[in-house]
Amino acid sequence: MKFKTFIWFVGPSLFLMLLFIAAPLVSVFLDSFRITQPVVQTVETETCSAGFLQQTCTTTINTVPVIDEETGRVVTTTEWVGWLSYERVLEPRRAWDAIRSFDYNGLMQIDFWAALRFTVMFTLVTLPLVIGVGLAIALAVNNAAKSLRGPIIFVSLLPFIITPVIGSLSIYWLFVGDGILTRGLEAWLDRDIAMFAQAWTIELLMLFYRVWHVAPFAFVIFYAGLQTVNQDTLESAIIDGASRWDRLRYVIIPHLMPLIVFIALIHLMDSYRVFDEIVGFRAQAYVISLQWLTFDFLAADDAGNRAFSRASASAMLTMIGIVILLIPLLRRTWRDHKGGSH
Amino acid sequence: MSDIPRAMRQPFALKFGSAAFLAFWCLLAAFPIFWIAVMSFKSPVDAFAASPFDVIFGPATRAAGDGLSILDIVVGVVVLFYTVKLALGWLPRKVVEWAPGGQVWAGWIIGVIGYALGFVLFFFFVLPAVLGVLNPILGPLGNPVLGLTTIHYQSVWVDNQFYQNFLNSLLVTGGVVTVSLTVGTLAGYGLARSGSNIAFWLLIIALIFRALPHSVLVAGYLPVFINSAEILRPILGENAPTLYGQPLAVIAVLVSINQPFTIWMLRSFFQNIPNELDEAARVDGCTHFQAFRWVIMPVMWPGVITTGLFSFLLAYNDFLVTSLLLDATNQTMVPAIAGYFNRETTTTDQVEAVAAAVSITAPLFLLVMVFQRQIVSGLTAGAVKG
Repeated sequence: MKFKTFIWFVGPSLFLMLLFIAAPLVSVFLDSFRITQPVVQTVETETCSAGFLQQTCTTTINTVPVIDEETGRVVTTTEWVGWLSYERVLEPRRAWDAIRSFDYNGLMQIDFWAALRFTVMFTLVTLPLVIGVGLAIALAVNNAAKSLRGPIIFVSLLPFIITPVIGSLSIYWLFVGDGILTRGLEAWLDRDIAMFAQAWTIELLMLFYRVWHVAPFAFVIFYAGLQTVNQDTLESAIIDGASRWDRLRYVIIPHLMPLIVFIALIHLMDSYRVFDEIVGFRAQAYVISLQWLTFDFLAADDAGNRAFSRASASAMLTMIGIVILLIPLLRRTWRDHKGGSH
Repeated sequence: MSDIPRAMRQPFALKFGSAAFLAFWCLLAAFPIFWIAVMSFKSPVDAFAASPFDVIFGPATRAAGDGLSILDIVVGVVVLFYTVKLALGWLPRKVVEWAPGGQVWAGWIIGVIGYALGFVLFFFFVLPAVLGVLNPILGPLGNPVLGLTTIHYQSVWVDNQFYQNFLNSLLVTGGVVTVSLTVGTLAGYGLARSGSNIAFWLLIIALIFRALPHSVLVAGYLPVFINSAEILRPILGENAPTLYGQPLAVIAVLVSINQPFTIWMLRSFFQNIPNELDEAARVDGCTHFQAFRWVIMPVMWPGVITTGLFSFLLAYNDFLVTSLLLDATNQTMVPAIAGYFNRETTTTDQVEAVAAAVSITAPLFLLVMVFQRQIVSGLTAGAVKG
């Protein structure tokens, strides 16, 4: 295919990606170093009220935004502020003080560090669980009668396909104050239970939700992989006296290894972006994630203001994590490309 | 059993353990969804009752006069069974029979819409009227046994005007699927047929873009979208639009966010279509575009449908982008449900929120039922070949 034809085919897609992915990245990068805010002026007003012999006067100094005479809009200025937005997000001095005095709770008082801790913990804990549960379901389905497999796959796909916010809500309603499972647990353990009153129970439910949501994806891929296991290798392993466990360990898992790597990569990327659970479980008072932090800066507060520069700074900090995550993958792809296997 | 070699035969404990695990998983997978569906049909007292049987049978709902008798349940199940049976056997035959050649897809759209409308009319209007007459006559068979009320759905869809959010969701998802498939198929075909270095690097860049958190991108859009009228005024003049709150702008954003995934997936589908096919067309004198239009397009539909399903899911399930870029007047369904959180003070509000959640889930449920095979093939296509 000639280069010109290729560009005609790829052009529209490339244009969209440049305009809506690459350009915003550049603008976020620039925005993280500058702040746009309304110009304010101090106005001295003297209010007097009638009094005996002489008036009582009070002078108050108010800061009011300057309003453009022609358009009636608030005048804003944009200035370059260097690392100021980053400092406001990271609060390095407070964080360093907390680290030096081994004050863990002090460090967790700063939103960014709390979000970072949760995001990393969440990513690392769910990864082995998703792969393990997915593989277990795939092996069990492979073991089941053929006529049952279709319905089982149908039921398994439900948690994967459901809207993440709704999925976490459906689990939230089971465990909410008078939800059925809370009532059940209370009757069983004979004590009051409030699942959404402290951080660790919410985190537990979020971990459960994510495994519930993603395990079907791992299952479907592993199940497809299991169909292509070389039967001859399996048979020779049996002849050599390999036990069931040995066959799983030395034949099936090595065969599935590329798929395990693939799922691990996709899962790392996706769970690093954990966000919908925080909305569904209404966890923002106890637990937040990096993506939620940016969302919170971007959402309008009660006065209708949005903290764009802090949002940009926290977005850029989130990006650093993604870059670290992707470097091994990119190095491997580059090696493959150089090796000519492509 | 005898054709299975002895070493492959499984001990009873293993078989039993594997079956038990599978049953447990199915229960776990379906239970939360099944439970919110049950809750949404009950009065608040029943929905949050202490005993699970009260939630299922709904005594308080029944006491309020809303319930199904044994007759209702039997007739309902029979009607549902025949609906599904007709939809799978009779409907496709009629569509193929009546649609003019070459326009079968249009026949399908009209047929499915007509069938769905007929079902809704019969099931929700004709049937209740007939059963309302029959129930009192039959005595014990006609007494309500299962509490069930649709009042929460009525207040969500009619009183709270959820149908507007539904229409917005329809607009956004429809737009995203159409545009992203049109743009993505061209790019996927180009990438699959070009072995050049640029194609490789484009795919790698797309992979990096796929990993980006959406909030990073939205942080880039939001300031520009809010001030777009002023930014665009020098170019477009007085009627420069404010992009914030525009469904069209959200469609463009979601299409672009989805593009990396779409082109990877379509590329892997196109690689499965043999190269000889378009080479033969080229030998016969077609240009690349003609080969694409007349040779590739007729055989590419399985891949396009699968990719379209995943585009649909992304647009339909999105919370972050739509909640930040759309304002309250044209909100889609998923962010709109967040509005219930703030009002959720009484248990009635909670059950209404549950009903809204079930309303959002129902189309997805149908989607899995109809397209299960395509979804599975889509999931594995990316992994096994890519």
